[in-house]
Amino acid sequence: MAAPRLFRPASRLLSSRLTSATRPAFSKTACAPSLLRFRGYATAGGAKEVTVRDALNEALAEELESNQKTFILGEEVAQYNGAYKVTRGLLDRFGPKRVIDTPITEAGFCGLAVGAALAGLHPVCEFMTFNFAMQAIDQIINSAAKTHYMSGGIQPCNITFRGPNGFAAGVAAQHSQDYSAWYGSIPGLKVVAPWSSEDAKGLLKAAIRDPNPVVVLENELMYGQAFPMSEAAQKDDFVLPIGKAKIERPGKDLTIVSLSRCVGLSLNAAAELKQKYGVDAEVINLRSVKPLDVETIIQSLKKTGRLMCVESGYPMFGVSSEIMALSMEYGFDYLTAPAVRVTGAEVPTPYALGLEQMSFPQEDTIVGQATKLLRL
Amino acid sequence: MLFRSAWARQAAPLKRQAFAPLTRRSVTTDAASAHAENIPQEDDKPFTVQLSDESFETYEIDPPSYSLEVTKKELKQMYYDMVSIRRMEMAADRLYKEKKIRGFCHLSTGQEAVATGIEHAINRDDKIITAYRCHGFALMRGGTVRSIIGELLGRREGIAYGKGGSMHMFANNFYGGNGIVGAQVPVGAGLAFAQQYNEEKSTSIVLYGDGASNQGQVFEAFNMAKLWKLPVLFGCENNKYGMGTSAARSSALTEYYKRGQYIPGIKVNGMDVLATKAAVQYAKDYAVAGNGPLVFEYVTYRYGGHSMSDPGTTYRSREEIQRMRSTHDPIAGLKQKILDWSVMTEDELKALDKAARAFVDEEVAIAEKMTVPDATPRILFEDIYVRGSEPRWMRGRTVDETFYY
Repeated sequence: MAAPRLFRPASRLLSSRLTSATRPAFSKTACAPSLLRFRGYATAGGAKEVTVRDALNEALAEELESNQKTFILGEEVAQYNGAYKVTRGLLDRFGPKRVIDTPITEAGFCGLAVGAALAGLHPVCEFMTFNFAMQAIDQIINSAAKTHYMSGGIQPCNITFRGPNGFAAGVAAQHSQDYSAWYGSIPGLKVVAPWSSEDAKGLLKAAIRDPNPVVVLENELMYGQAFPMSEAAQKDDFVLPIGKAKIERPGKDLTIVSLSRCVGLSLNAAAELKQKYGVDAEVINLRSVKPLDVETIIQSLKKTGRLMCVESGYPMFGVSSEIMALSMEYGFDYLTAPAVRVTGAEVPTPYALGLEQMSFPQEDTIVGQATKLLRL
Repeated sequence: MLFRSAWARQAAPLKRQAFAPLTRRSVTTDAASAHAENIPQEDDKPFTVQLSDESFETYEIDPPSYSLEVTKKELKQMYYDMVSIRRMEMAADRLYKEKKIRGFCHLSTGQEAVATGIEHAINRDDKIITAYRCHGFALMRGGTVRSIIGELLGRREGIAYGKGGSMHMFANNFYGGNGIVGAQVPVGAGLAFAQQYNEEKSTSIVLYGDGASNQGQVFEAFNMAKLWKLPVLFGCENNKYGMGTSAARSSALTEYYKRGQYIPGIKVNGMDVLATKAAVQYAKDYAVAGNGPLVFEYVTYRYGGHSMSDPGTTYRSREEIQRMRSTHDPIAGLKQKILDWSVMTEDELKALDKAARAFVDEEVAIAEKMTVPDATPRILFEDIYVRGSEPRWMRGRTVDETFYY
């Protein structure tokens, strides 16, 4: 496993006592088989309805089962069964060694999980919500994401950070923020944002198996939502590739690029556009924020000539900003109209219902913006 | 008025001590306070060294044994190691002043006994993580002088392939070289967590400075380590100044070995390599036996400034530095013991000294001759992710500079 590194000059300089200093590089056997075995799955035949919560739970259980190095730690993940019940039953099944309740000290337990990963384990670090991960963001970025590069590749960090991200219902400013752009901007991290149950399971499993630090941005409002899960996705070898978007709805008139919960809103908006105006909107579910599947976006743009981004993060310096910049760099000649975006409003999330609704994209916001773009 | 009295307190630490009801005898920083008799002829026959009874101070725990078994060979190796670290740091000092080393460069001159004493107390399965003053630890953990100096020069042959620089050096069971003050402490607790998880009979040595000891996450790590009985040895390298702020001006409690509150602590003479070794050996046995963490304070002193850009004289007196250098030096202290105990003759010692320096100089010369690496995209973009798991491309400064793996 260490062989590929040996041609690198400094490995010769380490004294003989240190011959095992080259820590294992990405082990194909540990992570790749499932990626290679991944096949397309049909949504018909044998599909069953599964909530996002259960899909995540299943992914965790399967990975805990198959890899002894994997454990999950976080606030209330064990005896309480998870603040959002994502880890329900895991303590009973895997015991307190591998399902660990931590004190409410994000910087501390996140740093501890990073240390365990540096020492060769594969921790899953749950944040009750990503709002609290701000206490630990230094550990995520400086300790986890950068160490592999800083060490010249001898020190990998196989860790998964997960938890609900983005706004929830009526929890006001400190508990309602979307961090996709924050983590998406850091080289060394991979960032995924599942929408459906299949996304949730396939991406979480991929994240745990990936030898790099991966941030899994779930959404609290999606946990209880049920989606059909194909027979292939129900199996324990189901893994989605990180960095590949999914076209949820093919179309020819407009490309809507979205992620997480906004994918659902975009699909509903697309249905309305079809019904009211006969417009065929293509909806792309990004699935992965970093790496970003630029190719799928540009291919779609080539076909439709129009681009709209829909997300719930802040508008400035966000995921939409990035996609629009990329569309100009790679797809300017295909655009028949300026690309537009629907995002969260530039405001700390308010508590009152009406104000909260005004702060985030709604279906009519998306439809309205689309009709303007298409001059309908 | 309040302000003035606060200032007076800081300015007159002696006066404050006079009011302290429980003034305890402080740990000595004498580097040559140990005694030994009946030294064997053989190089590898163990004999007993009696440490000064001022070597340790403890908190809620019995002190380590004051007698330490060593061999002549080991004493020689310790001496060689400390001389090597100092010589290497001096070379770094010179190269920095010649503008060949870029950015930050923190030297550990004066603190050599800590890195050396720890390494001689543990084995290769134990893990070490420290802050940015890491050159000595990297050397002790098996990095070569040329790879460390090569790293400082940003060469491909550097210990981190020229990617980490002064603050980020890694080796087997050496987890850096960490630049964010205090952040390595919970990470170090995580190393111990992994040792416990894997049921290994080893310990993790976590080092941080007196400046970092006030960081919140240090206490978060203490809490979890005690709660879960992790085999971790937290160690504050107290060199008296966090950058330019003295311990008394930054810390409400300067007895750092008591900072664990519910974790037993030991204050060690960090200028004496033998006392350091004895204490760490004791702590390792304690941790491996499943007793949980300890909080150490290594009382030490840095001769140089905080980093190369700090002359180190605005917040402390030249006399203080001179006094520590001339009377408490860890290398001179061990040297005296080696001569007192006739471990080596003066000529033999000189020869060893010379050999160590010559070896380091040679290695430094090799490092200086290493070619400046080509700045190529392949080298720039390698190792952001584990090989084989990279994204298909990473973006450069422009679209044209996008790098495809």
